[in-house]
Amino acid sequence: MSTTLASTREQGLADMISAHLPNGALATQSTCDGVSIIWIAAADLRPAFAALKASASLMLLDLAAIDERDRTHRDGQPQAAFTVVYHVISLTVRVDEVRIKVPLGATAPALPTISDLWPGANWYEREAWDLFGIHFHDHPDLRRILTPPTWTGHPLRKDHHARATEMPPYSLTEEHEAREQDAMRFDPSAWGMRPHGDHSDFMFLNLGPNHPSVHGVFRIMLQLEGERIVDAVPDIGFHHRGAEKMGERQSWHSYIPYTDRVDYLGGVMNNFPYVMAVETLAGITVPPRAQMIRVMLAELFRIASHLVFYGTMAQDVGQLSPVFYMFTDRERVFGIIEAICGFRMHPAWFRIGGVAMDLPEGWEGLVRAFLDDLPGRLDEYDAMVMRNPIFRARTKGIGAYTTAEAVEWGITGPGLRATGLAWDYRRHAPYACYDQLEFDIPTGTNGDCYDRIAVHVEEIRQSLRIIRQCVDNMPAGPVKADHPLTTPPPRARTMHDIETLIHHFLSVSWGPVMPPGEARASIEATKGVNTYTLISDGGTASYRTRIRTPSFAHLQMIPLLSRGIMIADLIAILGSIDFVMADVDR
Amino acid sequence: MTYPALATIILMPPVVLGLATVLTWVERRLLGLWQDRYGPNRVGPGGMFQAVADGTKILFKQDWIPPFADRAVFVLAPVIGMMTVLLSFAVIPVTMGVGIAGDMNVGLLFILGMMGLGVYAVVLAGWASNSKYALLGGMRAAAQMVSYEAFMGLSLLGVVMMAGSFNLHDIVAAQAGLWFIIPQCLGFGVFMLAGIAQTHRLPFDLPEGENELGAGFHTEYSGMKFGMFFIAEYAGIVLVSSLVTTLYLGGWRGPFLPPAVWFALKTGGMVVFFILLRAALPRPRYDRLMALGWKVLLPLSLFNVMATGTILMLRASL
Repeated sequence: MSTTLASTREQGLADMISAHLPNGALATQSTCDGVSIIWIAAADLRPAFAALKASASLMLLDLAAIDERDRTHRDGQPQAAFTVVYHVISLTVRVDEVRIKVPLGATAPALPTISDLWPGANWYEREAWDLFGIHFHDHPDLRRILTPPTWTGHPLRKDHHARATEMPPYSLTEEHEAREQDAMRFDPSAWGMRPHGDHSDFMFLNLGPNHPSVHGVFRIMLQLEGERIVDAVPDIGFHHRGAEKMGERQSWHSYIPYTDRVDYLGGVMNNFPYVMAVETLAGITVPPRAQMIRVMLAELFRIASHLVFYGTMAQDVGQLSPVFYMFTDRERVFGIIEAICGFRMHPAWFRIGGVAMDLPEGWEGLVRAFLDDLPGRLDEYDAMVMRNPIFRARTKGIGAYTTAEAVEWGITGPGLRATGLAWDYRRHAPYACYDQLEFDIPTGTNGDCYDRIAVHVEEIRQSLRIIRQCVDNMPAGPVKADHPLTTPPPRARTMHDIETLIHHFLSVSWGPVMPPGEARASIEATKGVNTYTLISDGGTASYRTRIRTPSFAHLQMIPLLSRGIMIADLIAILGSIDFVMADVDR
Repeated sequence: MTYPALATIILMPPVVLGLATVLTWVERRLLGLWQDRYGPNRVGPGGMFQAVADGTKILFKQDWIPPFADRAVFVLAPVIGMMTVLLSFAVIPVTMGVGIAGDMNVGLLFILGMMGLGVYAVVLAGWASNSKYALLGGMRAAAQMVSYEAFMGLSLLGVVMMAGSFNLHDIVAAQAGLWFIIPQCLGFGVFMLAGIAQTHRLPFDLPEGENELGAGFHTEYSGMKFGMFFIAEYAGIVLVSSLVTTLYLGGWRGPFLPPAVWFALKTGGMVVFFILLRAALPRPRYDRLMALGWKVLLPLSLFNVMATGTILMLRASL
């Protein structure tokens, strides 16, 4: 089953939504990134989304909230204490997207749920409840998702403290400890599971948060009948570090290293959407050489990340050796990255307006040697892993879903392409210099574990192809834009006139001040679409940093995929999803 | 009881245990070699004393029994595992004269019996641990080992028919002209698979199934009780390898070199093959392993018995 993309809509998504609003839009808001924002009333939300759902195959890419109470620059926007933003995209030949905002009051903000229309909205609504205290009526399971159940307050609200020093010293009293212990006790009915079957009791198996095959701190409660899974309920949040909250405290520049650690296998791939969003806010045009360097490094990290995936996937089905070969190859990628950036996993090497420095002497030789070597080794791995009959038996036909399901649940990246839909952000909404580069979009046919792995493997080959083009066509020129808001700011004339010196001093000590506005940048990250939405209120730090990560959406689908299968299959599915818990929990 | 037999009784357990301990180091070095890395290479020449260091560490670890476990059975399980493997070595004919009960007339049946008892070690460990992962491991072990035992015996019948005896010495003697691996290639294949399943080694290590069950049946074990499972597993590899040598590879027979060396070489080769399997193959799913056993291997071994019987009868009547 191969699905082809619809050509660009005759009618833009924004017009389409406006047409479906019973009472019309409250307002429209323009943004730096050119995607229109439509404000609608809470009462119009469900009718509008029901109509959208019926008329077109759209993906709910993101759902997030904003605490508007401290914001000063809100020209032309309806009154609101909180805002809920729905980001909808259509997977057409040119990506069409729109953001819908709903204003809410300060006391007991609430909205109707849309999780019955878009199952993928379920976790996003829980996140908005957890972090902002926005209630969603008729939500099937509105529990905290990222913070522990005993948490008080809603961390992303502006009045919630951001640092430990803003709180009294922590002490664990006996009753507090008892409460925490009590919250850890497992109660099947609280998780939406029946303790007894028709003829026998079920066995509940706590898979994780520290199990060898959950790739980090991730917990799944399994309801078992023998070794067959009756139901599975994922539990996330163990790796939540408040990355979005940190964005509100760090300067625009000093937040870059934090992004590195969101998808810790992706390295500079995380810097990419962040600096792109800041550049959009500031109106900086990045010079071609910097663009090409960014793309080259991002693709090197894609290879590094996919190699880890490939090796650990083989290990998850019990093959011990491949992971060592693939980590050896990854080590070579890190050798190149270290030569260029000086760091291995978290280089924090992109800067607002370009990259930290020019490529070192001799970089070409390093990259070319790697480009010549890896394809042969990939062929060997094909023979060892992909054509191994036991491996095929373990992955073929396991954990399959269709394109329609993928779109409904917000699945992007290799997991979407494995279903047969050749949709890639690099191709359908080209950023940086991807429009000048040639590459294919590998797809699968069945959307099962095997296809997801095959797509990953082929993507490594395509990334090699992209890197080769980058090496062959690397333009000359500066690696950072000549713009006052770049970091660190240009200093060529600081010793010649006092005005430049003052600006340079302020930009370095306080950090740059971004003009007020909203900007969003998406990229095709290693695991799917990674989006940073930044709101500037005209300060040295972001007013709201929203990170939409692919893994968050992907994990939501686990219950759907795991009903009725064996534990061993679940392990294969977990491996093939390719998630990183830091990317899920942020 | 003769003097050499007494000497063998005294020497056999330390030799087997020593071999099993060294084997842990050999396996890690070999895996390292095949996986482009070093493996333990720091303690002693080539890291050889790593096994000693590990053994010392594990001996001195706290002997801990989880409070929720069934104490008596929990302690008994590794003992059974260790004992059955060691007892099996009694009838293995290393050379013409060496072997504790070498001339036992039901030697092969004795080994099969001991292997059958060995299942209890794993099942009881899984049950007594009173933990879910261990229980799942024990359940898998019970199903896997009991079913693979059934046709392990059947696959050996061909050898018994050709040798006309259950006595392992007679079986080796019957391979004077031709090793049984050639006429009994089908039985050899089935026996190998069943042997891997019996020792629950990768690719058939489902009772442990690290990626699925943590550590399976021995999840709750630590210290020397875990060590006993560990050593028993490696002694089991040596046992199955020496069985293959005895039954299919002509035992201690071979030109030029002394018989004991031939036996060691053949057994060593089989052990290395076991380790290579672990380095190369992924793990099939539990239900597929069972399906393979009952739907493919059982009919094959039955066919092998019938074919061997028919040919022997025809030959006798000519």
